[in-house]
Amino acid sequence: MPCDALYLHIPFCEQKCPYCDFYSVPARPDRMDAYTGALIRAIETAPFPMGRLDTVYFGGGTPSVMGGKRLAQILEAADRQFGIQSGAEITVECNPHSSLPETFRQLFSAGANRLSFGMQSASDRQLALLGRPHTCADVETAVSQAQQAGFSHISLDLMLATPGQTAGDIQAAVDTCARLGAEHVSAYLLKIEPGTAFAARDVGRLCPDEDGQAALYLTAAESLARAGYRQYEISNFAEDGQIARHNYKYWDCAEYLGVGPSAHSFIQGRRRFFPRRLQAFVENGNPWQLLEDDGPGGDAAEYLMLRARLADGIRWASLRERYPAYDCDALRGRAKPLADAGFLELDGEGLHLTVRGFLVSNAVIENLIG
Amino acid sequence: MMSVKRENIRNFCIIAHIDHGKSTLADRILELTEAVSKRDMEEQILDNMELERERGITIKARAVSLNYHADDGQDYQFNLIDTPGHVDFNYEVSRSLAACEGAILVVDASQGIEAQTLANTYLAIEHDLEVLPVINKIDLPAAEPDRVAHEVEDVIGLPCMDAPRISAKTGQNVHEVLERVVTDIPAPKGDETAPLRALIFDSYYDSYKGVIVYVRVMDGAVHPGTVIRMMSTGAEFSVVECGVMGATTLVPRDGLFAGEVGYIAASIKTVRDTAVGDTVTDAQNPASEPLPGYRQVQPMVFSGIYPLDGAKYADLRDALEKLQLNDAALSFEPETSVALGFGFRCGFLGLLHMEIIQERLEREFNLDIITTLPSVVYKLRMTNGEERWIDNPSSYPDPALIAGAEEPFVKANIFTPTAYIGNIMELCQDRRGIYIDTKYLDTDRVELHYELPLNEIVYDFFDALKSRTKGYASFDYELMGYRDSKLVKLDILLNGEIVDALSFIAHADKAYPRARRICENLKDNIPRQLFEVPIQAAIGGKIIARETVKALRKDVLAKCYGGDITRKKKLLEKQKEGKKKMRQLGSVSVPPEAFTAVLKLDKTD
Repeated sequence: MPCDALYLHIPFCEQKCPYCDFYSVPARPDRMDAYTGALIRAIETAPFPMGRLDTVYFGGGTPSVMGGKRLAQILEAADRQFGIQSGAEITVECNPHSSLPETFRQLFSAGANRLSFGMQSASDRQLALLGRPHTCADVETAVSQAQQAGFSHISLDLMLATPGQTAGDIQAAVDTCARLGAEHVSAYLLKIEPGTAFAARDVGRLCPDEDGQAALYLTAAESLARAGYRQYEISNFAEDGQIARHNYKYWDCAEYLGVGPSAHSFIQGRRRFFPRRLQAFVENGNPWQLLEDDGPGGDAAEYLMLRARLADGIRWASLRERYPAYDCDALRGRAKPLADAGFLELDGEGLHLTVRGFLVSNAVIENLIG
Repeated sequence: MMSVKRENIRNFCIIAHIDHGKSTLADRILELTEAVSKRDMEEQILDNMELERERGITIKARAVSLNYHADDGQDYQFNLIDTPGHVDFNYEVSRSLAACEGAILVVDASQGIEAQTLANTYLAIEHDLEVLPVINKIDLPAAEPDRVAHEVEDVIGLPCMDAPRISAKTGQNVHEVLERVVTDIPAPKGDETAPLRALIFDSYYDSYKGVIVYVRVMDGAVHPGTVIRMMSTGAEFSVVECGVMGATTLVPRDGLFAGEVGYIAASIKTVRDTAVGDTVTDAQNPASEPLPGYRQVQPMVFSGIYPLDGAKYADLRDALEKLQLNDAALSFEPETSVALGFGFRCGFLGLLHMEIIQERLEREFNLDIITTLPSVVYKLRMTNGEERWIDNPSSYPDPALIAGAEEPFVKANIFTPTAYIGNIMELCQDRRGIYIDTKYLDTDRVELHYELPLNEIVYDFFDALKSRTKGYASFDYELMGYRDSKLVKLDILLNGEIVDALSFIAHADKAYPRARRICENLKDNIPRQLFEVPIQAAIGGKIIARETVKALRKDVLAKCYGGDITRKKKLLEKQKEGKKKMRQLGSVSVPPEAFTAVLKLDKTD
């Protein structure tokens, strides 16, 4: 099946969040104009055969800081070049405090149909601690403006195990998500990435310990389930039928094309990426010359590693279809003790990790792959 | 290398404490006899094993023949035999000494005599060697040659007032040492017409020539073509080549004669056929009696050595065989452990010998190995009157069948500045030592005498002694025999299952603290895993100590999107590599460090 997923990286932010290690630079209009041009050029010269797009994802950085016009131009270019299927999922990440109603309207009329907001917490105290420039009220405003602009598919990001966070904080955040009518929630355990401001300040020492983190994660999963968000991936929860189709492709080990500095691709059987250099990307007449190879992708181990993240888990039928030579019995043998210990469930259809299994999934996956 | 008459041969060795300048003196002697050009002198030639250079000690004996044109106008052949400098190699030292008529005793002009020097000097005197004291390092500001000369006279009873006072470093007065070798050390005796008797004092394996045997010819002569017989084993070989050891190469000659030191190559495949101390004779005209003093080397310390990667078993065997080519004191036989798979039970002369073998396996053969707790040899008296020697906890019998137990004791001499007496006494008491007496060498230094169980010093006694005396104390021991003891076998259980490789035999009074310490060490070295891992220590069925490695609570990559996949995959591969190095004991993954961590019992670290 030809690749039908496109990721576009927008490497601009108004300010850098102290826990974030994604690639971004300060948003300046001249830079954003130049980048828009470069991205369109890159789309028009993409050296890979693509199918008509089923999903498009603007990630960042903060795509919304580009404004609706630039994003619309990029989306048009993608449509011209690859074609976009009707019913395609087109997602844009937005920040909750400075996205203008105008931007939402422009995005909606350009065809975008799903917005993802970095809400993080319903507690203003927590938000300040995380160095976020918005309040909970900003989130409510932004979501309702987006809905007024026509968006019905809203996803909110939450952060778990932040310094001083309680189960009550999490419950409050989940309640807010439900009240605002979000149909999708991503809830991430905070990880202190090396090289970030949080790492430099050793914020890790203020965070809950391993047991505390585990407890908060379980609280979140339960609260979200009660609010109608079914867990379908380690950190992702959605109302029925509302999973993130683009992101699901990552976990299904499907191919995707990523464009922009730091964007990764899995295309024509290989994993590749653009270096984290905006200037080079903009200035190079052919940015595809910058694309680096990151080795072959899509072998059985990778497939298992990714599918194990999903609540659907690994289906024997799909596994056999994709990897006819794979020794499923050996996999079942490795899975058995993990099932006995309650880390996963094993049946005739396949296997899938339990919530407890998700919490120690690195170790579980390692044991599974063998 | 010319041949000289026997009256002009001098066979001698150098006795010195580590750092007292043995190698430097040897270098100067090589220079003065012009055996080596200055250019080649950059390295200390005699210590030619990498490990030896690093540790500053001689592990194996080496020898070199030198021509010296003396002040009396005559040419002399000097055979300088280097001796191992550690208590573990006492027997090898004694065989090297037996090949000599004299010994140069090098004493540091600022530090005086150390325990090791003393032990080897006594050994030299026992072998009727002419001991020639030399006070070295007189160029140092702290040098007190007079005081040190007095000390040598007082402690050893050797006249020392006219001893050469030298600086091996600058070369000052080294010439005097060479002249004293000529005048003071007797020429070798021996009967050239008697049947061949040559003492083996060293051997090593050469991949072209087979085993090169270093010998001192006592009687008779040996030539290429001579069929030689090893008197202890009866093995016979035809001599392909013989000659003397030049400073950098072997120098073939048409014969070696009584009084000479040289080498024999006879297409010998393994040094097990050329045991140090054995006598080489002529198979056609054999000597009736071997030279005295040969004994089969008795390993004192045993431990299991296992390849980290089970597939490397054959490589480990090859490596041990190769090491044994040069080290007849190393013994090994196959052993199997439930925990560690296929490996070898190895016997060593002592702890240093064990460490050296481990390091050489890792460095020279690139093997990752796991070593189990070292054990001494215990003697058990069984209820049926039988006597059993046990060097492996896995062969420890049912306690109900044991009537009594004995363990080896050593006589330990510890030299120390007086400031550390208290620390040392505390340490020795903790190690079940029996205090004998204290001998004051002068106002600042004493020699403490203790009787200690060998099992208390095989683990980490050297390190403990060093850390308690800022490295100033030196230590030497000799086996004194077996004494009654109360022994127990301690088992370590992981997840309820006995890990055979961690079992050990201990004195009953020490079992509890040691068990606790080992459980703690294991807890610190076993990473959290999916399941909780109980660590228990038990005597018989009774648990006497327990620790728990808590189960992993959280080990998850929260975000895994397009850009994270290869990173995550590489992480997994790395974890897999790491896991390969782990031992899978039932459901528990144990890193190899855990097996060595149990060795560290000293509470001060």
